Amino acid sequence: MNELVFFINNVVIAGSVTGSIYAIGAVGVTLIFSIMRFAHFAHGDMMTFGAFMVLLLASAFPGAGAAFGVPAALVLLPVAMALTALLAVGIDRAFYKPLRAHGVKPIVLVIGSLGVTLMLQGLIRLFSGTGGSSLYVDDRKEIFRLALPFEGVRAPVVITEPQLWLFGITLVAVVGLHLFLTRSRLGKAMRAMSDNPDLAQASGINTNTIVAVTWVIAGGLAAIAGTLLSLDVTFKPDLSFFLLLPIFAAAIVGGVGHPFGAVAGGFVVGFAETLAVFNWSVLLRPFRDSLPEWLTQAGNLAFVGTEYKIVVPFFILVVILVWRPTGIFKGKVI
Amino acid sequence: MPLLDARNVHGGYGGMNILNGVDMAIESDQIGVIVGPNGAGKSTMLKAVFGLLHVSQGEILLRGEPIHNLPPNQLVQKGMGFVPQENNVFPSLTVKENLEMGAFLKPGNVKRMLAQVYDFFPPLHDKRHQPAGELSGGQRQMVAMGRALMAEPSLLLLDEPTAGLSPLYMNEIFEQVKLVNSAGVGILMVEQNAKQALGIADKGFVLAAGQNRFTDTGAALLADPDVAKSFLGG
Amino acid sequence: METKRADTVAAPSRFPLREAGLFVALLVAVLGVYAVMGGAYSTRMLVEAACYAILALGLTIQWGYAGQFNAGVMGFVALGGFSAMFFSIPVNEAFWDSELPGELGLVLLYMVAAVLMVLGATRLDRLGVPRKLRTLIAVVLGVVLYLVVINALRGVTDQIESRAGFIGGLGLPVGVGWIVGGALAGGVGFFIGRVCLGLRSDYLAIATLGIAEIIKAFLKNSDWLTRGTATVSPLPWPVPGPEAVGFTLARAMYLSVTAVMIALIFFLLSRAYHAPWGRMIRAIRDNELSAAAMGKDINRRRLEIFVLGCILMGIGGAALASFNSMFDPQGYLPLNHTFLVLVMVILGGPGNNLGTIFGAVAVYIIWIMSEPLALFLMELAVAFGEGAFGWEAPTNMDSRALQARVFVIGLLITLVLRFAPKGLLPEKVKHVA
Repeated sequence: MNELVFFINNVVIAGSVTGSIYAIGAVGVTLIFSIMRFAHFAHGDMMTFGAFMVLLLASAFPGAGAAFGVPAALVLLPVAMALTALLAVGIDRAFYKPLRAHGVKPIVLVIGSLGVTLMLQGLIRLFSGTGGSSLYVDDRKEIFRLALPFEGVRAPVVITEPQLWLFGITLVAVVGLHLFLTRSRLGKAMRAMSDNPDLAQASGINTNTIVAVTWVIAGGLAAIAGTLLSLDVTFKPDLSFFLLLPIFAAAIVGGVGHPFGAVAGGFVVGFAETLAVFNWSVLLRPFRDSLPEWLTQAGNLAFVGTEYKIVVPFFILVVILVWRPTGIFKGKVI
Repeated sequence: MPLLDARNVHGGYGGMNILNGVDMAIESDQIGVIVGPNGAGKSTMLKAVFGLLHVSQGEILLRGEPIHNLPPNQLVQKGMGFVPQENNVFPSLTVKENLEMGAFLKPGNVKRMLAQVYDFFPPLHDKRHQPAGELSGGQRQMVAMGRALMAEPSLLLLDEPTAGLSPLYMNEIFEQVKLVNSAGVGILMVEQNAKQALGIADKGFVLAAGQNRFTDTGAALLADPDVAKSFLGG
Repeated sequence: METKRADTVAAPSRFPLREAGLFVALLVAVLGVYAVMGGAYSTRMLVEAACYAILALGLTIQWGYAGQFNAGVMGFVALGGFSAMFFSIPVNEAFWDSELPGELGLVLLYMVAAVLMVLGATRLDRLGVPRKLRTLIAVVLGVVLYLVVINALRGVTDQIESRAGFIGGLGLPVGVGWIVGGALAGGVGFFIGRVCLGLRSDYLAIATLGIAEIIKAFLKNSDWLTRGTATVSPLPWPVPGPEAVGFTLARAMYLSVTAVMIALIFFLLSRAYHAPWGRMIRAIRDNELSAAAMGKDINRRRLEIFVLGCILMGIGGAALASFNSMFDPQGYLPLNHTFLVLVMVILGGPGNNLGTIFGAVAVYIIWIMSEPLALFLMELAVAFGEGAFGWEAPTNMDSRALQARVFVIGLLITLVLRFAPKGLLPEKVKHVA
């Protein structure tokens, strides 16, 4: 049974954590894709920017959380979301909108977003340095150890406070987005524009407003993802550049332009990653006596070492592009 | 004062002129039909009216107010509705959501206008929770017209509403166009089925090479042997 | 703007004033660097710029000729560098004298056998096995065989690391490594291209971005193959090294090798550009639908051009690694090996070989010179801050100052895209009025 606990800690919880982060990131990418039709490469650094804003704010007001009994970072998250949303809208006005106005191909926007990514990266590192720092400025990271009520189980299930927050906020964000897209006038207009931009314009929908709304949502979500990721581990300026590939893989797996597909894709990629680096020989240990020797002798039954984790989203990406480029939920744009 | 009054309209894409001086006027309770051979500039004229095309010369007046080269969303606000020929629904939105998008600029009207559109097109009421992409061609055309009507336009522009439809649906669409018109909406439509369309037209415009060839009432054009010989296939 | 364009089209044989002006300015800049920094330093800079010019030519045919955006130049450069290292450094006797080569060969054989078995399983439906079952069998077989092979490989590589360090090189002439490096990069490009080129252009960018990181991760962590972070040096040169003839002369000879390579590539590319093949490529880029309607096999042409670009990147990367005389997998950075090349191409003129070479040399000079400049400016700012407001300077000034360059590269990309989308020396498109 200790092996099962090990499995829960290393796969179920870890997979849910990475899955949630990827899901929130991928939703933003897929929304931008469905409205503006390009892969937004600066998304990872938008996430970092959000987390960095939280870091700055939490350093400035370390006591902000005490009044509510939660970490200061979480209390200040809405402010960081607003700032990141503002940044996203500003970036669009300054860099993407002029390119769109020229009627360039989407791939030129992709290159433009790479330029934006470098600018953000440079700015963040210029101010934060290249080292890591904890978002828990003045608070303590709570760690919950839940002992399972079984005979002979010594290891507890371990889950940390930011992880619980992550699950809760992910749930709220996804439900909130669903309600926004299906109930609100702007949300429906967003879906309409993603379906058929010309007709949306002919219906009198102001496409500039929709673009701005998309950036606000994507920026806010990016700030959430970046902050929660940094709470779970630690804030590093280059953290999210490595998230780009899994996030794009998640968006494509879910079918580009399909927000709930992106959520599913995020969890698919997240769990695939943790399952691939999990050492399966641990689970074989209880059956040691009844298995052939060569199988128990194999010390490491992980599919890939943690240093090759990035292979997993790439593999998923290749498989989905070969097998079903529209994604499992049939996205709109191939 | 005519509802729509286009005078000597010139325009085209990227320097190439397609319209070389088109005149067109309809009153507020009339159906205007534009017919003519392929490449005559029929759809182009419709797009020029709806601000999707740069008008380089001439003017277009809506109830006496110049509207040429205004962006489409302002024209919707001024009471114009446009139904493109292709891709005229939002396929992943439900029928009801499609219609709501038509009233995007007038959210107060949604309830009242929904009822009215369902009145015009009863099949849409039954399918209101279905994605528009799953409907048949004729039903999609109804969704498209319904969407444009949601903004309570005084002038509805239809680009070949019967293209690709079976004869059965074609008649239905023509009937519905008449119905909409009798509710007080002026209509300007482009049609390939010239005979049938001119049959319901108060005013017909035969275009050729970007200019008016014949302009008269629908009945008079149908009776004109010159029109019949060169444009209606004998 | 329009009249100017018509002008160049009407008189194509006119004296190329713009080209001449830009190249004279470039020459002046190079001479300036020589005057200030000395011959050895400046020649090194020129050799590196020449290697970058080869990379940039690779990217310009992908992006400029065919509109394919490769966001993973770094990966192909690293592959070239690895190949240059592997073929040219001396043979490691400790490895070849043991039984390890045989074991490694056996594992590679297992690998081939496993691949063949899985491929065979995917054909089982021809023997009457239901398709779903066939897929299941193939997947399960793939997973099991993968685990078996990877475990065997881990065993052998651990042995190699502990007993021989790494497998060493082959001790072959440098040129062999460069050519194989090109071939390796081309092979990876073929794989990526096959998967992505029929799809949206964004997907190619995402996939190349991924493969570059994977190649780097592999080279960095395969200590048995590359010594990983311990790095391999020195790598031999194709010409006499500095210890034989002195820095300036050795580097000048290396420069002439790369110059000949660039001239050769330039000549071949110009021929291809004006040949029917090049016209077809451009037709596909400019109007995919009509090119397809004319019966062109679009995806095949695209694949050809993508692989060709990757080959050039592999060769350029090999030349660069040999020149640095060191193979350091960790030294491959997206900024230095992908985005710098991108700036060279879009600033110089995508699709214009001459413009690309100009862009490569000009941007590289600016890049090299910006490092001391950034440090200087940062120090100035800190001194000012301390004097005027009593700021306390952060400790890691150097690394922060260099981040400013990241920002500048990013800004440059966005500005060029917006204000000079065709670069300084635009591709000359002949319009038929």
